[in-house]
Amino acid sequence: MLEIDNISVRFNSFALRDVSFRVEQGDYLALLGVSGAGKTVILEVLAGLLKPHDGRILLHGQNITHLKIQDRHIGLVYQDLSLFPHLNVEKNIAYALRNRKFSKKELQSRVSQLAGQTGVPHLLKRFPGTLSGGEAQRVALARTLASDPEILLLDEPLANLDVKLKSGLRGLLQQINRSGKTIIHVTHEYMEVATLANKVAVIENGMLAQTGTPESVFRHPESEFVAHFSGVKNIFPCRVDANGTNSGLKKAILGKACEIQFVGKEEEGNGFVMVSQEDIILSEGPLDTSAVNQLQGTVKEVYLSGSSMEIVVSAGVDFVVAVSRKSFEKLNIKPEKAIWLNFKAYSVKFLKS
Amino acid sequence: MLRNWKLGLVFMFLSGLILLFIVAPLLGMFLQTTGDQYLETIADVEVRRSIRLTLLASLTGTIIFGLAAIPLAYILARKEFPLKGLVNGLVDLPVVIPHSAAGIALLGIVSRGTLLGKAGDAAGIQFVGGVAGIVLAMSFVSIPFLINAARDGFAGVPSRLEKAALNLGASPWRVFFTISLPLARRSIYTGLVMMWARGLSEFGAVVIIAYHPMVAPVLIWERFASFGLAYARPVAAVFVMVCLGVFVVMRLLSKKQIHVRN
Repeated sequence: MLEIDNISVRFNSFALRDVSFRVEQGDYLALLGVSGAGKTVILEVLAGLLKPHDGRILLHGQNITHLKIQDRHIGLVYQDLSLFPHLNVEKNIAYALRNRKFSKKELQSRVSQLAGQTGVPHLLKRFPGTLSGGEAQRVALARTLASDPEILLLDEPLANLDVKLKSGLRGLLQQINRSGKTIIHVTHEYMEVATLANKVAVIENGMLAQTGTPESVFRHPESEFVAHFSGVKNIFPCRVDANGTNSGLKKAILGKACEIQFVGKEEEGNGFVMVSQEDIILSEGPLDTSAVNQLQGTVKEVYLSGSSMEIVVSAGVDFVVAVSRKSFEKLNIKPEKAIWLNFKAYSVKFLKS
Repeated sequence: MLRNWKLGLVFMFLSGLILLFIVAPLLGMFLQTTGDQYLETIADVEVRRSIRLTLLASLTGTIIFGLAAIPLAYILARKEFPLKGLVNGLVDLPVVIPHSAAGIALLGIVSRGTLLGKAGDAAGIQFVGGVAGIVLAMSFVSIPFLINAARDGFAGVPSRLEKAALNLGASPWRVFFTISLPLARRSIYTGLVMMWARGLSEFGAVVIIAYHPMVAPVLIWERFASFGLAYARPVAAVFVMVCLGVFVVMRLLSKKQIHVRN
């Protein structure tokens, strides 16, 4: 339905290069990347605020690359929201409706409906300068929805909101998407992707690093950059030992002294190994299990992470391990304590450099 | 601490000196004019007529040329084009040239033999020695005040808001009238007041194009040249009072607008 085909934009110090992806009707696509990766540039190109130097944008098969901003039917909610400061909330929401020549009655009814949908009916007479961040975000959403866009573009919509407001707004975005609206959502937060999107495109230095469903991208990252976004904290550069093959397992050498085994086809070379912090079991001694990777280390640091604990264990390299509070107390974990790390070869993923 | 105290004292002294420099001559003029002289001057038909003409001519020029100047200010604020610096310089030109020279220059394009002069004659508009010429001269010297203020006002409107309006399906016309213009209105209003006020006080350019009908600055000059300071001062005092009165009202209206918006 929306097809971005080899879009390139060049600035003095930055370039977006050959970005291509496809969004189907009703999709919720997250554009994930660090600040300055080019995510917002993609949104601005889609909205028509920036002209691409190369490539084309097709909406329902129609080439809209050079269509005027106001004729695209692609609504953009800016990160700074850009509410009109001289108009109250009601007039902000009605702005797009007035462009569409609604009758006064229809206009009022549509404003009420949008205000109700976004949870701002009590704010209609307020001016943007008096709204909180969460309220302003909802008003900006209502204003853009009023233009009935084919695609809704959101630039970091959950940034700068506290946990409670984020949760409420996340629910609203899900509701809008479920009503059939196609959404493209720019973010640098892995959790936003995991909870909202059915597709993700990871952007790195102006290029598309990987696309797919969040599950496929985060389970099978194709680069270290993507792996970092998956929330995995144990990503280590390594060298595959050509002579280390044993019963189908490969040996990866991390740092100077740490060796771990993994299942893979790589003969030799450099790359990265990653182990999810949830896949590592801590014990006070070697375990008699099928886990082939059993490393002795020392507890370096202990952090509280939500309802669980994060333990940093130094075993040649620093592994991060997630444990429950119960396990933490049972093992009497404290800094400097000697401890064993246990994980399966299957838990180790290898990424070639 | 001591140094800060000394700095404050020096700054206050210099500020007081400047304020005195502005206020003292005006205050002297008001105080040296007696009550009888005020009443006599206010009753003088010629004075009343000239003050009314001055106010209306400047207002007319501000409205007519203001309409055309606002789009120019918008272009200067928003668009990049070759020789933009030169255009910005041209806008300021009327401020820096002697106003008598501005009058001579204007006379060159509106006198009877010129294209504009002939067109004016055909349309029944008399520039030389006429109200139209006064409006033209006042506008010529005062229009930079409006253009500069409006340009700064438009430049202060985030272009992101205009793009957001376009993104909501508004035409460029609607964006200009509903977003750019309202958000720059404080600066435009200030520019209009400044243009109007500057037009009121114009003497040099006006006197060359139209000695008659007499605007207030020309009448003050004529009274001074013909009868001396004692006859010119009351007219000047009354004219300045009227100008100050209108100026204060406009400032209050402007503040009220800002208050309402906030």
